[in-house]
Amino acid sequence: MDWISAIVQGTLLGGLYALFAAGLSLIFGVMRLVNIAHGDLIVLAAYMGLSTTVMLGIHPFVALLIVAPAMAGIGYVLQRGILNRTLGDDILPPLLVTFGLSVILQNALLEAYSADPQKMNAGVIETASVPVGGLTLGVLPLLTFAIAVAVIAGLQFIFYRTSLGRAFRATSDNSDIAQLMGLNKAHVFGMAMALALAVTAIAGILLGVRTSFDPSVGGARLIFGFEAVIIGGLGNLWGTLAGGVILGVAQTLGAKIDPGWQLLAGHIAFLVVLAVRPQGLFPRVAH
Amino acid sequence: MPKPVLSLHKLDAHYGDFQALFGVDMDIAAGEVVAIIGANGAGKTTLLRSIAGLLKNQAAQVTYQGDAIGALRADLVAHKGIALVPEGRQLFPSLSVEENLQIGAHTGRAGPWSLDKVYGLFPILKERKDQASTTLSGGQQQMVAIGRALMANPDVILFDEISLGLAPVIIKSIYDVLPNIVGDGMTALIVEQDISKALSVSSRVYCLQEGRVSLTGATNTISRDDITRAYFGVGA
Amino acid sequence: MTARISRTSRSAQVAMVIAALGLIVLAAAPWWAGRADLRLLGEIYLYLSLAMLWNLMAGYAGLVSVGQQAYVGFGGYMLFALTMFAGLHPILAILAGGVLAALLSVPIAALIFRLKGAYFAIGTWVMAEVFRLSFAQASSLGGGSGSSLPVDVVKSFAASRSGREALSYWLALGAAVVVIACVYLFLRSNRGLALTAIRDSEVAAAGLGINIWRTKLEVYVVTSAFTAIIGGLIFLQKLRISPDAAFSVNDWTAFVIFIVVIGGIGTLEGPIIGTILFFLLRETLADLGTTYLIVLGLVAIGIMLKAPKGVWGLIRSRFDLELFPLSYRVKSDNSDKGA
Repeated sequence: MDWISAIVQGTLLGGLYALFAAGLSLIFGVMRLVNIAHGDLIVLAAYMGLSTTVMLGIHPFVALLIVAPAMAGIGYVLQRGILNRTLGDDILPPLLVTFGLSVILQNALLEAYSADPQKMNAGVIETASVPVGGLTLGVLPLLTFAIAVAVIAGLQFIFYRTSLGRAFRATSDNSDIAQLMGLNKAHVFGMAMALALAVTAIAGILLGVRTSFDPSVGGARLIFGFEAVIIGGLGNLWGTLAGGVILGVAQTLGAKIDPGWQLLAGHIAFLVVLAVRPQGLFPRVAH
Repeated sequence: MPKPVLSLHKLDAHYGDFQALFGVDMDIAAGEVVAIIGANGAGKTTLLRSIAGLLKNQAAQVTYQGDAIGALRADLVAHKGIALVPEGRQLFPSLSVEENLQIGAHTGRAGPWSLDKVYGLFPILKERKDQASTTLSGGQQQMVAIGRALMANPDVILFDEISLGLAPVIIKSIYDVLPNIVGDGMTALIVEQDISKALSVSSRVYCLQEGRVSLTGATNTISRDDITRAYFGVGA
Repeated sequence: MTARISRTSRSAQVAMVIAALGLIVLAAAPWWAGRADLRLLGEIYLYLSLAMLWNLMAGYAGLVSVGQQAYVGFGGYMLFALTMFAGLHPILAILAGGVLAALLSVPIAALIFRLKGAYFAIGTWVMAEVFRLSFAQASSLGGGSGSSLPVDVVKSFAASRSGREALSYWLALGAAVVVIACVYLFLRSNRGLALTAIRDSEVAAAGLGINIWRTKLEVYVVTSAFTAIIGGLIFLQKLRISPDAAFSVNDWTAFVIFIVVIGGIGTLEGPIIGTILFFLLRETLADLGTTYLIVLGLVAIGIMLKAPKGVWGLIRSRFDLELFPLSYRVKSDNSDKGA
């Protein structure tokens, strides 16, 4: 029963990892950009949530109503102000610029909030649990997983059922021809980053409610999100959820063997997938 | 000649260090159908890309309805009412047939063209509307590319090599519907390597040779010999 | 008037003479520099070496890694493990660490070369994390809290403290000279030309019959070996190691990337200029702590956007200088001897 419990806990943890990954996957899909600062942006969202809850005395989930639009705005400005200028055939500029951004964000957060670990207080929901078939599951992990499924379904809907999603796909296919249709590439990319960082806001708030965080934890969040994307297969959002779940289960099973093995087990699962199925488990079917 | 809707003034277009056009002048009147012919590498595609804004030039080198648009971004040119049917169709592979058409209407310009009207022009597309655009035949893809441009309700439509790589019977069927398209007073520039097809639908012709205009005139006054000479740059 | 094509230039010849004189002065530093300055100079040489190596990978071979701390830490840990458990002399242990890193880098490359571009970068980071977590599990090396180099090992390296400091200084200087020479000679060789061809166009290089995968692998393996050796030297200076210090992404990758980007990526002079600027900035702004890192990040972003070839690129475009004669240049020659 212990093992089943670990697998279920890992699955629910995978929801959080899928949320880390969804934004990463989205911007790669639209503009082939890999944002090294993604993890630090998740942490930034967590701190913004913290400040909002403390200053306004509101619940972290309510704070999302402020943090998500704020992160979206930051994303749009960041994309149009800086990142659009790095896009091109050369992969170095976007990589190095987002890397620089990562270092700036980390140190700016350090300056503003110090290195002390912080946590958001979500009240009774943190400790509440429900019995499910002999297992006791935390309400918060269940809610996190449900939110992850909803977010991915929402992104899927935006991508395939709205004119914004159509613009994303067209610009990703061929940005020159998309411009001939009257689509402003810079704006479309700005919207994609805004959407990605709105998702990041959700991930950051859930992270900050679940565990304590400090300015240095962004790198690991980037890596978890990245592993979920690669395990699931590039360009497939539901695959990313599956990738997150596999990573989460590997980590909880590893921790079950030895607490020191939690992260290592996740990385090993990723490397095994890379070795036997480098295109990921569920790659997008090419048209 | 009435006041031109689209003019080029000493247009020099460059790809990096390479100059593709040299001082090209051109005046297109509203409602005209003009053919642009010339050998491979004569600068025909460059000319259309310059008008559509995919190649940046000096603002005054391209004027449209009185505005200098030579330095305008392609999406802003599209909003002004110029649409390009690009060489090689270039449909969006991630989009279905209908989505490819819908995205053509992104500019939101008012006019006679709608999804229903495009389906009326090319009924086969309605049957295939939910398919991925990549599953269509070359001719059907060309219909989508034309339909996509029409959905923008442009005032000026630019056709780049619409017959390239298509079977003669398909080319004929596409050229058969062209009068329905330009009949509503839409201005058209047709770039073609198939000279006789280009001349059959146009009233005026420009011949380009190595980036320069080597011949221009009304279609019915120009002889085949003139064209051969202007096309290849040799005495015939 | 005739023209001849040559690699050397007046500025390169002058640079060679200045470099040779400078090297003699620097080699004598234990006699004229204080203890703190000696330590700082040693650190500069080691950072210069790391920057040279990272530049070879990212700037020439297109392998943008953010995980080279894996090899820095590995080299450091091998120094500790091989001296403590195999009784090797520290210098031998450091060299053996380089060989082991080369062996280890082959299967690692086989895995992470499957990732393209930026995903490759994050893949290298995952690898470094695997290294960090694995060494944190090694209880004989102190686990997560790390360990110090035993006194008898330190004594076996040099009897006195000043002797030890001079020796590790010379090792650092020697390492920097060897790394710069190797990178320079490699880039001048046929292999190096192949690499430049790949950087300029992978498709064209493949058309010329260059095995891209193999060339990149060679660069990755050699760079990893050298990086591990430098890592060994770094922790020979520090005498203490822990997983977090050994595999620090900030210390061994972020700083190195900033050095190369600021100096000029894809140029040989870039890492040298970058290292000098980096340490000038650090020595003047270090009191500002985190602000210093924020400034560094801003400068790097600004340079990447405005002057992607860095400070050296700006200098070169203005004065047409080249200190390391790599490119061929056509010279007008008014004498009759011109060939």
